Amino acid sequence: MTEWLGSIIQGFLIGGLYAMFAAGLAIIFGVMRLVNITHGDLIVLAAFVAMVAIEITGVNPFVSLVIVLPFMFVFGYVLQRVVLNFTLGDDLLPPLLVTFGISIILQNLLLELFSADSQRLKAGPVETLSIKVMEGLEIGVLPLVIFVVAILMIVIIQQLFNRTRLGRAFRATSDDPVTAQLMGINHNHIFALAMAMALVLVGIAGVFLGIRTNFDPSIGPSRLLFAFEAVIIGGLGSIWGTLAGGIILGVAQNVGAKIDPGWQILAGHIAFLIVLVVRPNGLFPRTRDE
Amino acid sequence: MSLLEVNNLSAFYGDFQALFNIDFSMEEGETLAVIGANGAGKSTFLKTITGLVDTEVDDLNYNGVSIGGLSAADIVGLGIAMVPEGRRLFPSLNVEENLLMGGYKGRQGHWTLDRIYELFPALIERRTVPGTALSGGEQQMTAIGRALMANPDLLLFDELSLGLAPIIIKNIYETLPKIKSEGVSVLLVEQDINQALSVSDRVYCFQEGRVSLNGLPNTLSREQISAAYFGS
Repeated sequence: MTEWLGSIIQGFLIGGLYAMFAAGLAIIFGVMRLVNITHGDLIVLAAFVAMVAIEITGVNPFVSLVIVLPFMFVFGYVLQRVVLNFTLGDDLLPPLLVTFGISIILQNLLLELFSADSQRLKAGPVETLSIKVMEGLEIGVLPLVIFVVAILMIVIIQQLFNRTRLGRAFRATSDDPVTAQLMGINHNHIFALAMAMALVLVGIAGVFLGIRTNFDPSIGPSRLLFAFEAVIIGGLGSIWGTLAGGIILGVAQNVGAKIDPGWQILAGHIAFLIVLVVRPNGLFPRTRDE
Repeated sequence: MSLLEVNNLSAFYGDFQALFNIDFSMEEGETLAVIGANGAGKSTFLKTITGLVDTEVDDLNYNGVSIGGLSAADIVGLGIAMVPEGRRLFPSLNVEENLLMGGYKGRQGHWTLDRIYELFPALIERRTVPGTALSGGEQQMTAIGRALMANPDLLLFDELSLGLAPIIIKNIYETLPKIKSEGVSVLLVEQDINQALSVSDRVYCFQEGRVSLNGLPNTLSREQISAAYFGS
């Protein structure tokens, strides 16, 4: 019994990591109506940037965020301003195709630079620390930290969108870019800022991914899939929904793995399909403006 | 020096020419109306002034400065704001947030949130309601308030009365003098000719992208306006 409980709790906590993957994707889609196929590869890119930063400076992975996050911010701003802004319009297809292309370029670039070897960010003893809740049930400190960071991240995004001038500009530009221009908003700049912010979240997610599991240049697309599923389960446009989506996905995967190790990924997809059938708009559709 | 001077302005949507060689001028403090049938180019004209439709650099002079070719975001910072056709409130923002968006550029002047609520007291209790949940009249008040929050010297109205009940239109037009008393010049595009003639100092009529008539409302005869409006 405690074993099952343990699996569920672990799944719950890994939901935090999935929510991190998904939050950036949700912002990008929410503000720019841009489906970012390269999202998973950007997570992997962030992990590699952290790896290089650690190799050069010798700092702990958590400290490497000081380098990774500004890098991702600038990368996101430039990517949106120089490339992706030109793909936006009434048609969803051009950004889809362009980000798909960037995904392939990024994967091969990372492969060329870092080879296909599996990598890991070593964070030291925190990786294996755990808290004993009861006999036979321990909770890892690292998953707990990731979960708490995910919640903080979502609270901060929510506050930024609802309470700040920049947040209002994001929402207004997302609603109606033309009228937003009449307010004095340069929508190209606002979109670039939204992408920069989303990639900061991707940076955090990438570093935690690298600490938690092995990564190599090819794992991006499956992270993208988890992120998509978390966003869709939660409901498009709802930032708290991404956390719920991430948790449901994480619990389903861990319970699936408990039944049979081969079932881990499949169980997540099945949970996703069930939600799609029962609530096609997700669990919390469009609550962003509450 | 005129507040706004338009010289030989032409405007295009792709290959389609919407405006042909428009000459137009407006003095500070004036209320000016542009009338004309559907498709005459009235709205396009406002869009060229606000920078939403591209123009040549020398086509537009505002306070003696050339504003042709500037972006919409820059032009609002110079003091030209527009109440767009159909109000175009931001649906994810509530009334107060919509008003705050109007002041995004931070241009200083008479208008603040409090002054907008003074002008439109009906909005006070609706301040936390999403823009889309308002009645048409309240939406129009919010849209006007939003434009005023930019503290414009020149305020453009695109189809102010479209889709509103007569009593609401009357109420909204009654606020115009208050707005003008704060030193705002008004340029309005209006399909309701009587309304336009009664509030304006001068009127332009557009027909098929050209200025077909221009004069003082009380000196123009019905026949002249009718001919300029529909063609003869």
